[in-house]
Amino acid sequence: MSTNPTSIERTRSILRGTAAIIVVAALYEVTARSGVFPRALMPTLAKVASTFADMVADGSMLHHAVTTLARMLAGFALAVVIGLPLGILMGRLRNVESFFLPLTSALMPIPSLAWVPVFILWFGLGNAVTVLIVLYAALFPMMLSAWSGMRAVNRLWLRAAGAMGADEQAMFWKVILPGASPFIITGLRQAFLRAWIAVVGAEMLAASDWGLGWVIYDSREFLNVDVMLASVAVIGIIGFAFERLVFGSLERFTVQRWGMVRVAKG
Amino acid sequence: MAALPETLTAGRLATLGESHLRAFARNAFPFLVLGAVWEIVAHLGFFPTKLFPPIETIAAALYRLTISGILPLQVAETLLRLGAGFALAAIFGVTLGILMGRSRLIEDIALPLVSIGAPIPGIAYAPLFMLWFDLGNKSAILLVGFVSAFPIIFNTWTGVKAVKEIWVRSAQVMGADDRRLFRHVILPGALPYVLTGLRLGLAQAWRILVVVELLAAVPNGLGLLIFGARQFLATDVMLAGIAVIGIIGLALEKLVFQRLEQATVIRWGMMTS
Repeated sequence: MSTNPTSIERTRSILRGTAAIIVVAALYEVTARSGVFPRALMPTLAKVASTFADMVADGSMLHHAVTTLARMLAGFALAVVIGLPLGILMGRLRNVESFFLPLTSALMPIPSLAWVPVFILWFGLGNAVTVLIVLYAALFPMMLSAWSGMRAVNRLWLRAAGAMGADEQAMFWKVILPGASPFIITGLRQAFLRAWIAVVGAEMLAASDWGLGWVIYDSREFLNVDVMLASVAVIGIIGFAFERLVFGSLERFTVQRWGMVRVAKG
Repeated sequence: MAALPETLTAGRLATLGESHLRAFARNAFPFLVLGAVWEIVAHLGFFPTKLFPPIETIAAALYRLTISGILPLQVAETLLRLGAGFALAAIFGVTLGILMGRSRLIEDIALPLVSIGAPIPGIAYAPLFMLWFDLGNKSAILLVGFVSAFPIIFNTWTGVKAVKEIWVRSAQVMGADDRRLFRHVILPGALPYVLTGLRLGLAQAWRILVVVELLAAVPNGLGLLIFGARQFLATDVMLAGIAVIGIIGLALEKLVFQRLEQATVIRWGMMTS
């Protein structure tokens, strides 16, 4: 981070990294083929790839992924709709803050997945449980980052806008909200990460028939490690894509364009 | 990795010069409201009492489980598992993170591998670990260690790289050898990041441990207590268990890490509390 690597150094880094990945993959492949471990428990990479291709071809992978995404997005959207305004209100009004802050700090350390059995009893097996677990997981990071974002807005900007005659409304939309947006975007990211973990876990415990978490858990019964690994890979790819594409571009079009955060190097 | 403070609590309110009593009353008020609403809903009988027990029933369950020794046993087992997994992750993660920060070669090799593994939620690996390492403690501990290793590696690596170049140079100029440079400059310099990594790692481990306990079918543990209670519709036991989980989570954060920070980086003036 201290120095800009020259292009030679960068090429060397990429080469070494690629080599490391290839070596690890080759080691795995050799171990899998050597038969030290049962084939069913350690399928070759070729087997995993062909299973993945089959699942894509017959549409089941897409169905699992879409189901999981729909559940996650429903819970995540609820968390944003509730958490963002509440966090903003907490940052603006002392009473709201002193009411919700202690509750948040007491409820947040409880892992969302611990609620699964209670929610199953309350709402029955099915989508409602998964969506609510995701909501529980994503709500608190959303609220807390909106709250800290509101409090982190530079006082100088407020005074400057005030001196230039901004009314309450203009102040909020043009100064406070953009000022808090780096924190809000961080909050969205964190909420998404939590939601993604929660949806996979909740599907293992409470879902039926479809969903990436469910298919991983279900393959255990039949020792389908190839299905498991293919689904784990899809979970990783979707998570990575959201992190990079969705939140990355959100950041690029807002706070980076406004020059509020520096682009991370390395 | 952007690290939001995990718990931002009453500390701020207390600094405003209120008396302790008032601060306490202010913090307790929302819980009283929530408790009252819960009681009213529970006693009105919209839902079967079995599924929505009033607070006194939950408290009674908590008391019963504690007196009979069941709860302390489960808590001890769960904490032991958490400690074992986390210790593995801390030793491995800090070592690898430091090596990655100090050596370009190791960084180039390990970073792509770590970056591939990190975005996959650890819970997704749970069934896989159970097939590979059998049901029971071994896979639970390994999974917890695996999950908490990633934030530790990343933050340690960032921390070592963030040590100010000028500190390193001045120590070298004053004749510090490699060992002393490491012990007296790099390690303390990276410590705020390392502590953040440990804290995030522990939080992640804690978040999935209850589920892992259930999936791995370990003999005892809080996760097992909660999920086992479902079979008997013992909602009071489940809620008592969840309360204990919350209290432990809060205690890990408040007692362990805040103390540790107070004793090191804050005392050295590297961070403000």
